[in-house]
Amino acid sequence: MNTFKIGGVHPEPNKLTAGKKIETLGLPQQAVFPLSQHIGAPAVPCVEKGDVVRVGTKIAEPGGFMSASIHSSVSGKVAKIDTIVDASGLRKPAIFIDVEGDEWEPSIDRSEKLVLQSTKTRDEIIECIKNAGVVGMGGACFPTHVKLCPPKECTIDTLIINAVECEPYLTADHRLMLEHADEIIIGIKVILKVLGIDRAVIGIEANKPDAIELLKSKTSMVSGIEVMPLQMKYPQGGEKQLIEAVTGRQVPPPPALPANVGCVVQNVGTVFAIYEAVMKNKPLIERIVTVTGQNVKKPCNLKVRMGTPVSQLLEYAGGMPEDTGKLISGGPMMGRPLLDETAPVVKGTSGVLLIPEKDAIRREERNCIRCAKCVQACPMGLEPYLLATASESGDWECAEENWIMSCIECGCCQSTCPSRRPLLDWVRLAKNRVGGIIRARNAKK
Amino acid sequence: MAQKLYITTSPHVHCGDTIERNMRWVIVALMPALIASFMVFGLGSLIVTATSVASCLFFEWFITRVFLKKPSTLADGSAAITGILLAFNLPSNLPLYMIVVGALVAIGIGKMAFGGLGNNPFNPALVGRVFLLISFPAKMTSWPVPHQFTAYADAVTGATPMNLIGQIAGGNTAAMDQLPALKDLFMGGIGGCIGEVSALALLIGLLILLWRRVITWHIPVTILATVAVLTGIMWLINPVLYVNPLYHLCSGGLMLGAIFMATDYVTSPMTPKGMVWYGIGIGFLTVVIRYFGSYPEGMSFAILLMNAVTPLINNWCKPKRFGEAVK
Amino acid sequence: MTFILTAVLVLGATGLILGLVLYAVSRKFKVEEDPRVGQITELLPGANCGGCGFPGCAAFAAACVKAESMDNLKCSACKSEVMQQVAAIAGHAIEVGVEKIAVVRCSGSCQSRPRLRTYDGARSCAVAAMMNGGETGCFFGCLGCGDCVSACKFDAIKMDPETGLPVVDQDKCTACGACVKACPRHIIELRNKNKLDRRVYVSCVNQDKGPVAKKACDVACIGCGKCVKACPFEAITLENNLAYIDFEKCRLCRKCVDECPQHSIIAVNFPPKRVVEEAPAAPETAPVETESTENK
Repeated sequence: MNTFKIGGVHPEPNKLTAGKKIETLGLPQQAVFPLSQHIGAPAVPCVEKGDVVRVGTKIAEPGGFMSASIHSSVSGKVAKIDTIVDASGLRKPAIFIDVEGDEWEPSIDRSEKLVLQSTKTRDEIIECIKNAGVVGMGGACFPTHVKLCPPKECTIDTLIINAVECEPYLTADHRLMLEHADEIIIGIKVILKVLGIDRAVIGIEANKPDAIELLKSKTSMVSGIEVMPLQMKYPQGGEKQLIEAVTGRQVPPPPALPANVGCVVQNVGTVFAIYEAVMKNKPLIERIVTVTGQNVKKPCNLKVRMGTPVSQLLEYAGGMPEDTGKLISGGPMMGRPLLDETAPVVKGTSGVLLIPEKDAIRREERNCIRCAKCVQACPMGLEPYLLATASESGDWECAEENWIMSCIECGCCQSTCPSRRPLLDWVRLAKNRVGGIIRARNAKK
Repeated sequence: MAQKLYITTSPHVHCGDTIERNMRWVIVALMPALIASFMVFGLGSLIVTATSVASCLFFEWFITRVFLKKPSTLADGSAAITGILLAFNLPSNLPLYMIVVGALVAIGIGKMAFGGLGNNPFNPALVGRVFLLISFPAKMTSWPVPHQFTAYADAVTGATPMNLIGQIAGGNTAAMDQLPALKDLFMGGIGGCIGEVSALALLIGLLILLWRRVITWHIPVTILATVAVLTGIMWLINPVLYVNPLYHLCSGGLMLGAIFMATDYVTSPMTPKGMVWYGIGIGFLTVVIRYFGSYPEGMSFAILLMNAVTPLINNWCKPKRFGEAVK
Repeated sequence: MTFILTAVLVLGATGLILGLVLYAVSRKFKVEEDPRVGQITELLPGANCGGCGFPGCAAFAAACVKAESMDNLKCSACKSEVMQQVAAIAGHAIEVGVEKIAVVRCSGSCQSRPRLRTYDGARSCAVAAMMNGGETGCFFGCLGCGDCVSACKFDAIKMDPETGLPVVDQDKCTACGACVKACPRHIIELRNKNKLDRRVYVSCVNQDKGPVAKKACDVACIGCGKCVKACPFEAITLENNLAYIDFEKCRLCRKCVDECPQHSIIAVNFPPKRVVEEAPAAPETAPVETESTENK
């Protein structure tokens, strides 16, 4: 079985909810839509306080080329446009909507019926995806319409579907594949049409045999779509690692893109959203969220309207356990900590994870004993110990010389460090600073 | 909210590895060699080891608590390892005060003077050993012959394979007959330092370290391979003067050094490529010192010399970056 | 005898030859340096703090000598007399500057600004500021990880373990500005030192609307504007729900201090006020020696 070559770790999978069917969560009382749910410029609100909206009404327009629109997932009245603390831990402007009833935009096809064919042309499809506000659902939230228009000079030959879900605990993608395999395959065909190629590979880790089986049987009659089981290793779901595992090609360091090696990677969740946008005319207003954790009473996979506060998800899962030490949006390796449970579910919320206090507290940091375990673990071939030390002493040049911008922030280094150094904290700081220095340098040119 | 949440950036889980776990497994891996040594040298080996460990622990405690007024670092196990390794590099009849002096130098100068675990440029046990070797050359280079279970200060000493190999290379080809059988060298049963009697016991230790992923194969394998290749070439050129490479592999501190001393985390390079160069360097220097130096055994000096260039190796040998090849 | 003699001669000869070589080389490759650079370097503190924008004190000295005037050259770590001397050596005229000191504009101690969560990451304000709003409900105030403390080359800023806030030692502070640069929340400001070290300033940088700020911190500026009206010298401005006292215009009358309902305006090193209602006998005590972050 294939996998990527350099580094990687094997965290405990803890897929507690792999066997739990997707359940639908009820409507919230108030839904909150932060204006920056994606990479790039924040969206610009196109509604005002007091406006009446329906499910699927566009409430914010893209704020630039690299941006995405936002739609209301509920019907009701815009209460205010204020700030809220989202998963970034910082305050961001957001639209608050008080929910009244559940009235949908009439253009949305709400039936369960599978739509197999569409007469839309390539440009119409892209416009459709853009209008639906679809972004990468794996967590990075890269606007999908931008990703589907790779630079002209790159020849794309392979579409890779990221069904790896290498993050421990999370099962949202796994369940989606089991319950919506047909939709996903139609979605893949739509993307292939947009890219004008005929080869797609579904990369999926070997710990999901049921999904591999199902997809294999569904794709056996479809030419051009291949299901490729991959050896379990974190961070296989990282875009660059997945491309290497599937095709053996290595994406050069930034600013190169996957398109430079002829690949486009899309998450299964995104593929499903594309299907809904193109075939059902339904904007991105719902997503699957895994609510899980060692002490959670009722871990589950939920279909949640965007903007629902996390507290409502927790309530459904049996409440927040007494000994919760950390509340995380996303998985344990790359998820972001939530400051409290009022944060809303956004496009990138793949899971809500509760970590018991005893596991949440980091152990005391010690001297680096130079065991080189971080170097062995780093999937990008970097030296985390060196980068962290450079960052601590503010030596940004040293960090830049040692390829800090290649870091994908997967957390392998810190999770293996026997001295419990906060390596990634420091590397992130340095990455942030070096990124600023590079931008300033480019601006000067 | 009922409880205060903790906030940190990702990752939020840890594989559970600690310094203590790694050190504990190194100690476990050293045990077969200690047992082999007890079988060969008897009580002397235990007395030396116990003294060395006790004094290393004491000095570490004393320096951290009394001089530096910091919390004690005994629990991390590194001082105990230094103690065992120092003892393993000593003859089993060394006077006790010399061991205490060696421990003081190892911990005080070799380690704590640089800021404790993680900051020392040289392997502390070897610093102590080389200090003793230079200060007390006579005592440090006369090894008791095996199987004197209760003898300590009065133990009879005799030539070790390393002395003999040196003599043969020097032209005394008659000494070839005195060399012990390879089987004895491998299983243990010849004179020498406490830790180096049984290549087999040390190899068991290596397997334990590899199994628990405490170390990687790079350093020990490259050292042993380099020594085997270099001595093999010399043996092929002139088998009368130069002995079979297997003698080199199984005798002296080579195995002990390659498996336990050169792989010391703090003083070895960080990248696999660097580890390979480091191993080759140690192997090369060991052979050079064994054949052309004035000491019969070159492992300690070879490791210390390569420790000194470790920072340079770290600077030169960068890991293969992702995406580098297709630049 | 000859043995010793040979040794002495050989060593002596080696020493002599090497000495001659050294002398020759130092003459041949001598770098002509303006002697004033050395003189100025000796006057400078030598901490190489970089506060002047040059990579060290020697570089600053060289820049002083080279420059046309002392306009953009200022060692913030030096006292003004020293800068006068520097200017004199370099041959420039210089105006007498006003002495400054670093002021921490946050009073959100553990009592007044409750900790809602625990930050458990790397002990660095820069890291903490990058990822989240910190331990409290205030998104502007001190993060308490002590980046300013480690930035200070003069040991003039310390964390107070009781309040969790940094405290500036007014005797040691040279106003080099290193802490100002280090603070990711821009809490620390260089303000005029004034006579007797007396200062009045708004000890808050919270730009939230009143109710939000008040909820997060008991001593947050709520932007009510009472101080603006109270100030007879128009020294106080209100922007983004935050009052700011211009230290150039402030005449230290302390009217605003009494007016502030949140006690977020702080006056330091003033003698304690006489309480009018009480017996008039209460004697005026000497100015408080150390700077306190509390108002009363």
